[in-house]
Amino acid sequence: MSRIGAIATKEIRQLRRDRLTFGMIVGIPLLQMLLFGYAINFDVRGLSAGVVDEARTSMSRALIADMEASGVVRVREHAASIADLRRSLRSGEVSIGVYIPADFERRRLDNDRPLAQLLVDGSEPTIENIARAFVAMPLPERPGMYRTDRQVFEVRTEYNPEKRTAVQIVPALIGVILTMTMTMFTAVAIVRERERGNLELLITTPASPLELMLGKLVPYVFIGLIQTTLVLLLGVLLFHVPINGSLWAFYFASLLFIAATLTLGLIASTFAETQMQAFQMSIFVLLPSILLSGFVFPFDGMPRVARWIAQFLPLTHFVELVRGIVLRGAGLAELQVPIYKLLAFTAAALTVVTLRFHKSLD
Amino acid sequence: MSGQAQSGPAISARNLTRRFGKLTAVDHVSLDIPRATIYGFLGPNGSGKSTTIRMLCGLLRPSEGECVVLGHQVPREAEQLRLKLGYMTQRFSLWEDLTVQENLDFIGRIFGLAGDMRAARIGERLAQYHLEDRRDQRAGTMSGGQKQRLALAAATLHEPELLLLDEPTSAVDPQSRRDFWESLFELVDRGTTILVSTHYMDEAERCHGLAILDRGRLVAEGSPRQLMDSIDAAVIEIEADDVRGARHALDGQDFVKSVAQLGNRLHALLAQDRSDPEGSIRKLLEQHGVQGKVERVHASLEDVFVAATRFDADEKAA
Repeated sequence: MSRIGAIATKEIRQLRRDRLTFGMIVGIPLLQMLLFGYAINFDVRGLSAGVVDEARTSMSRALIADMEASGVVRVREHAASIADLRRSLRSGEVSIGVYIPADFERRRLDNDRPLAQLLVDGSEPTIENIARAFVAMPLPERPGMYRTDRQVFEVRTEYNPEKRTAVQIVPALIGVILTMTMTMFTAVAIVRERERGNLELLITTPASPLELMLGKLVPYVFIGLIQTTLVLLLGVLLFHVPINGSLWAFYFASLLFIAATLTLGLIASTFAETQMQAFQMSIFVLLPSILLSGFVFPFDGMPRVARWIAQFLPLTHFVELVRGIVLRGAGLAELQVPIYKLLAFTAAALTVVTLRFHKSLD
Repeated sequence: MSGQAQSGPAISARNLTRRFGKLTAVDHVSLDIPRATIYGFLGPNGSGKSTTIRMLCGLLRPSEGECVVLGHQVPREAEQLRLKLGYMTQRFSLWEDLTVQENLDFIGRIFGLAGDMRAARIGERLAQYHLEDRRDQRAGTMSGGQKQRLALAAATLHEPELLLLDEPTSAVDPQSRRDFWESLFELVDRGTTILVSTHYMDEAERCHGLAILDRGRLVAEGSPRQLMDSIDAAVIEIEADDVRGARHALDGQDFVKSVAQLGNRLHALLAQDRSDPEGSIRKLLEQHGVQGKVERVHASLEDVFVAATRFDADEKAA
């Protein structure tokens, strides 16, 4: 324990003197905030949808069939009530909800009121656009049911009613920044000692590999928390991102994710021989993380292979977690799946590291 | 340390071998290093000195053979050895961005020295190695000699029984080298065993025991005196005004194994089995019309080194 403390103290001292790295701890979050402040929206297909059909008429079923036929949504769930539907939205199981009220048939005769309601998860950037597309969608005309010249749906954006991109981007951006800095800093910090010959000395001391690794990681856990706080604070102050869930849950999720990215950095360090290689490896992880995690493009709209790869990127699960907590106000109990996936990732990564890290130079 | 019951050699290696792919860096080296002595590894670059030292402290796994260090099988029991072993790498391997005090404090904590004890020990080492006024200086800004003293202070902080020094004086001026060796003898007096690798003859000559390594093989072993007495060559010194001419006269002669110039003198190593070596040389010089004084002399360590490494190279080339 005291050895871990000694290594951590040394690491912090060195970090404080390494102005470039120290600058990056603050600089990267700032820069990324500005860069990603403006995101791009894309069309998507195959969004998972939940349906509450209170009308239960042939007409309401026909409407759902027409929506599915358009290919934009895939009905995943038939919920019993609007409350159930909201719960599924909040846990992230579905990203769009269709509510067909009991008075669906009556509304058909009332030209002022829309026939049904779309509930949209506004925490993801592009889904809201899809809803707009649905409203304008030319559903096949069904004589006696509805006509295309009248609005079928009314759209309600949940969790981000003003539809601001920053609100969608900022929480997930925490994950992107942590992926970048945690992976890179740890990989570089360990490879640097090997490159400079310090490791050769450390190996001949009584410090065990586990002590060496933990001692090196401890300072970065704190750096990760500082960065998390920094981005969240900037998000709230500059972009007025609402924090709907509990801060406790948010920091719990962040810690899980920091642990996952640190072990990822450790894996990179066991492969890289130079600091440059360590740096390149962290980029190699970062790019697919940004593209496949659901940070920019909705996860649901991706081809199966991409979604499969994304399961192995910790950022995917963190984006799901953090959007759930910060924007949709979901509790940890509702987000068990991504939590377990993150834990599984960290455990698997740690196993790989222990197998690969030997206390010798061979 | 000196009061501790000690038995057997500090280091005992049998057929120690290490291959890197096709290259055999260390080739069946066997040696015994007695306790409380300075033992030297002498050899050119790439002779396997560092690789052997790294195997002895458990940094590298031997491809073949075995070694027992302070009674522990290495690498199997390398962890039990850690507290008894001090290792100074060839390259400065402390942290250049930490101060002298911080470096020593870190090493002290890693070796489990408790607070007061650690502070006392650090103070002791700083005084011993003249680093007191450098206490708060970053290691990276110090001279080669200062860095090396710091490295020695760090390696001896936990009072190891065995000190492994891999070319400790390669980046150090002659005065610092002399001081450094004084410190080594002080340590030996207190019972420490020291294994040091070098390519300096004067350093090798100071060792109690010496192993000459060449391309991974141990080609000669003994005390410097023994090695010089038992050299497998006749050493002939030629003093001539026309040194170049004399040298030319010896060129291409099979029985002349090696010639080295020292000012206006030549040192020629002749095959041991040659009868009347001086006479043969005189005859050669006469044939080439070179005047000179020819005398058989006692071998220097350099002669031993040349005889042990170069002769062998010739045989291999042939």
